[in-house]
Amino acid sequence: MSPAFAQPVTPPARYANVQLADPAKEASARALMETLRCLVCQGQSIADSDADMAADMRALVRERIERGEKPASIRDWLIARYGDYVTYDPPLSGLTWPLWLAPILLLGVGGWIARSSFRRRTR
Amino acid sequence: MKRFVLWAPLAIFALLFAVVASGLFRPAEKVVRSAMIGKPLPDFALPAMVPGKPGLSSASFRQGKPRLLNVFASWCIPCIAEAPQLMRLKAMGVPVDAIAIRDTAPAIAGFLRRNGDPYERIGSDKASQVQLALGSSGVPETFVIDGRGIVVKQIIGDIRPENVAEIVQAVKDAR
Repeated sequence: MSPAFAQPVTPPARYANVQLADPAKEASARALMETLRCLVCQGQSIADSDADMAADMRALVRERIERGEKPASIRDWLIARYGDYVTYDPPLSGLTWPLWLAPILLLGVGGWIARSSFRRRTR
Repeated sequence: MKRFVLWAPLAIFALLFAVVASGLFRPAEKVVRSAMIGKPLPDFALPAMVPGKPGLSSASFRQGKPRLLNVFASWCIPCIAEAPQLMRLKAMGVPVDAIAIRDTAPAIAGFLRRNGDPYERIGSDKASQVQLALGSSGVPETFVIDGRGIVVKQIIGDIRPENVAEIVQAVKDAR
């Protein structure tokens, strides 16, 4: 809801644009950030967005990874607050199963079509 | 079977066209609702934002009476628009607390001087961490919290004059 012409004057949080000292931790934070949706830009991950809220979400992710929290538990914490909408890696549920099963189904249909057309040719 | 196969591509195209057209004419809702409705307010303790007014902690919301929790900022234009409605709610006896997002004491003091001060407490949320814990995705947003500290309602965007009655009702129902 924050309009484009209104910007806060305070500096960004410490870990918004600063990497973690431990490269392994930074890599896992980065991987998680790339799969979390920026809530105010909606088409971007928080890793890609310049929005202030995305910066604060990056800070949250890095601080929790720094403390030793697992990426999956940080994702679950955000899903508990914003719903599946916040993640680009949606969990398998009653609503999302077509997302996961459709590719397998389509592959099956493709295989079936290919098989029957090859069979016709050899005849 | 053969007739079905002939018509299938057109049918699939028509279906796809309908999906895309409905998306064009009825764009998706742009607000992100909090998933915390019906759940207890997360624990937090925020320092005072302005001198002379206490900071805000989740304990204030477990004292038996429903309260409003307003998420605002001095740099937020719609927050100016909703200020008169918050003043009205305060005048009607609804207690209002706030968290100020990414803000400074002088900026908030100026905002309260210009737009009125409906708040009993204001906590300073420098890095939006409490806002994120609430499932709030922007300013302004207002949460109705019942006397046991359960989040019962979220109002996204500025409170319009026509929203005041529904908020008063929600506070009454939360009693």
